[in-house]
Amino acid sequence: MLETDTFKLHCFQTLTGIKFVVLADPRQAGIDSLLRKIYEIYSDFALKNPFYSLEMPIRCELFEQNLKLALEVAEKAGTFGPGS
Amino acid sequence: MSRPAPRKPEYHKINKDLFVLTYGALVAQLCKDYEKDEDVNTYLDKMGYGIGTRLVEDFLARSCVGRCHSYSEITDIIAQVAFKMYLGITPSVTCNNSSRNEFSLILDKNPLVEFVEELPAGRSSLCYCNLLCGIIRGALEMVHLAADVTFLQDRLKGDSVTEIGITFLKKLDEKKYRRKK
Repeated sequence: MLETDTFKLHCFQTLTGIKFVVLADPRQAGIDSLLRKIYEIYSDFALKNPFYSLEMPIRCELFEQNLKLALEVAEKAGTFGPGS
Repeated sequence: MSRPAPRKPEYHKINKDLFVLTYGALVAQLCKDYEKDEDVNTYLDKMGYGIGTRLVEDFLARSCVGRCHSYSEITDIIAQVAFKMYLGITPSVTCNNSSRNEFSLILDKNPLVEFVEELPAGRSSLCYCNLLCGIIRGALEMVHLAADVTFLQDRLKGDSVTEIGITFLKKLDEKKYRRKK
């Protein structure tokens, strides 16, 4: 994890070598569970799409929709530290 | 303005027979398309490989297994977690050599062959479930482990048990790794 005054960069690496990187507000909570949730969404909506080729950019509608929902849930989880 | 509720993971149950019949239709079609058993086996393995490279992420995301430290641990996880998760069966594991890189999965039950009585005439070398070998091989390759996976024994061929052999070859170099098609 990389931390600066304006953002925190979280990286989650899977056993297969795939890296999920999230840039977030330093006060944002719940990034670890968000990263795991993104892994699940990737394995469901990108990998299980028979027309998606591995290592290509992901242009799958369902992937984007579910990712957006997951981000909204994470944002609701709120922040910690000095309140805004 | 209300937001839609977050989607919970949905595990739709589908009819197992549909899955088994679909697999059978796949093998039957391959048998029509290719005269030689070796060709059918090769294509089943290739298809399985494609599935394995994708399925491994689903497995790792959902099962939360950690990094393994031995080939024997890996084979145990394949038998007790992966097979259980995807086929509902738990093969038993044996180690076949002293260097501990050759293992066997003994399948007591196999849902894929539920409706298959015996191999058709002229198809005595067909590995009906070779898709499974490809899946295991593809999945292992994605975690940087090269392995040979084949059927050592098959009840459909008249053997007493169905046995899948996994031979771990040397560990793939992560940096130089290139996925074979």
